[in-house]
Amino acid sequence: MTSKQKRKLTEGLFLAPTILAFIVVQIIPFIYGIYYSFTDWAGTGAASKMVGLENYIKIFQDKGFLHSFLITLEFTVLNVVAVNVVAFLISLLVTSEIRGRNVYRAGFFVPNLIGGIVLGSIWQFIFSSILPSVGQALNIAGLSKSLITNPKTVMFTMVTVNTWQYAGYIMLIFVAAIQGIPKSVMEAAEVDGAPYWRRVRSIQIPLMANSFTISLFLTLTNSFKMYDVNVALTNGGPTGLWNKTIVNSSELLALNIYNTAFKYNKMAQGQAKAVIFFLVLVIFSVIQVSWNKSKEVEM
Amino acid sequence: MAKKKEIPVERMAGSKPRPGRRLALEIVTLLLFILFMLPFVIVVLNSMRTNAEIINKPVGWPESAGNLFVNIKSVWENPTFNFLSALRDSVIITVISLAVISIFSAMAAWVLVRNKTRWSSLLFLMYVAAMVIPFQVVMFPLVTWFRDLGNFLHIPMLRSYQGIIFAYLGFGEAMSIFIFHGFIKGVPLELEEAADIDGCSRAGTFFRIVLPLLQPVFVTVLVLNGLWIWNDYLLPLLLLGAGGDIRTIPLAVAGFIGSFVKQWHLIMVSTLLAMLPIIILYIFAQKYIVQGMVDGSIK
Repeated sequence: MTSKQKRKLTEGLFLAPTILAFIVVQIIPFIYGIYYSFTDWAGTGAASKMVGLENYIKIFQDKGFLHSFLITLEFTVLNVVAVNVVAFLISLLVTSEIRGRNVYRAGFFVPNLIGGIVLGSIWQFIFSSILPSVGQALNIAGLSKSLITNPKTVMFTMVTVNTWQYAGYIMLIFVAAIQGIPKSVMEAAEVDGAPYWRRVRSIQIPLMANSFTISLFLTLTNSFKMYDVNVALTNGGPTGLWNKTIVNSSELLALNIYNTAFKYNKMAQGQAKAVIFFLVLVIFSVIQVSWNKSKEVEM
Repeated sequence: MAKKKEIPVERMAGSKPRPGRRLALEIVTLLLFILFMLPFVIVVLNSMRTNAEIINKPVGWPESAGNLFVNIKSVWENPTFNFLSALRDSVIITVISLAVISIFSAMAAWVLVRNKTRWSSLLFLMYVAAMVIPFQVVMFPLVTWFRDLGNFLHIPMLRSYQGIIFAYLGFGEAMSIFIFHGFIKGVPLELEEAADIDGCSRAGTFFRIVLPLLQPVFVTVLVLNGLWIWNDYLLPLLLLGAGGDIRTIPLAVAGFIGSFVKQWHLIMVSTLLAMLPIIILYIFAQKYIVQGMVDGSIK
């Protein structure tokens, strides 16, 4: 074997494990997934027959799915705003002149270390036992009943938990961006007499634009894909009335997809919903890529 | 005279220490921090109480801290939870998956960077595109396909370590290759050429020269994948099954909570035990974890 052949062989072997895993774990299931969404697949190995667009027609007539879609969009918008605002305020605090900055930075990140199943269970206890008891003791009508079992407030509980979990992570991104701003720029504005909020608005925020784009798309996809906390905190409940149909008032899309397949045994319809879910995420990333491209041109 | 001196000092505020403002910021930060840490305090306090205490008075101090050990003992010995076996399985799956993902992704990324062919660009582009694919769109076919594949190869892919580790390689490699790719582009080629001239084999060049240089980016890849795999719930649920022989910590917590509904003292202990390993790790490796998360988000 010549040294050139040897080199090619080594490089082929270097690529092989990841290519193999990629094909087996992502490409093949992905192709199967698209195919199954056009069949009457029942999840077993049994042969399935083509049914055309039937699954897609059915899921768009499924009010539970439409409801899940809408509340997922609602949750995504609320959550993106809440996480970014809270994270930004904390990042301003922990980059100010306060003592113990580093301890706070490390501390605010802690909820992000822990999985959604564990966090969701803890907060279920807080919302269903602790808060109602506090509400009754202080005579606050809004708090004296569990916020989780009320269809009107359950969204608030999910945004709270996800903000608590995720804000520390986004804060770290903002802190890194703030530290990247040259001190002299802020000091110059200070000497010129610009008040604090003016400096934040006119200097810090524009110079952090890049990190806002990153955090915006991170929180966008993270919120849209939310699953673990949804399962452990509310499990989709409580049932509520929407457009004259009984729906699970906090069942976000990822949970709706899972339940369609495994709770209601409609595997092919669950798969069709997953394909729609995938397409929405593709749209998000197309927007992100074109957004980044347009900024590159500006610079 | 005195007045004239005061004016510039006033205007320079902020950069000079202003004890009043600093104290106010410190109080706000501290209060916010206490609010953020409150759920953890609630977990610890209620792990020290009995079920009767919690039901009678959801908010209150534990009557006897010694109950913590009683509660831990009953959770520890509970066969549904079986913490030690879940901890062992989580460690096995996370550590081996991380080793496999990081080494194989680094190898692949290096070959992709050093071979500028049409094929290598196409492959890299595919990995980048694959990062958009949500787990939901492949998860149902993955289970059926893994079952068939296992039967065909006579190597079980469901309810086995090898199956889930292989799946983590497939799902984790795209982002890891992307991160390594970005870093290796900045590694000077001269070092490798020198090794080549000295008669070092291609594989030797990678393992002796390139791999040691990748250390900073290894941190990023290990942290991002490690937190994801350690806390992941959906993939283990589908590939290992609820109540199977192999169970990760999130599976154990979910199973335990499902069978001990409203036994909050025991649920709190189970979440406490589940959080402990990652928090202990964070105390020792905080610098690396924070750095890894920030670098990973920006790349």
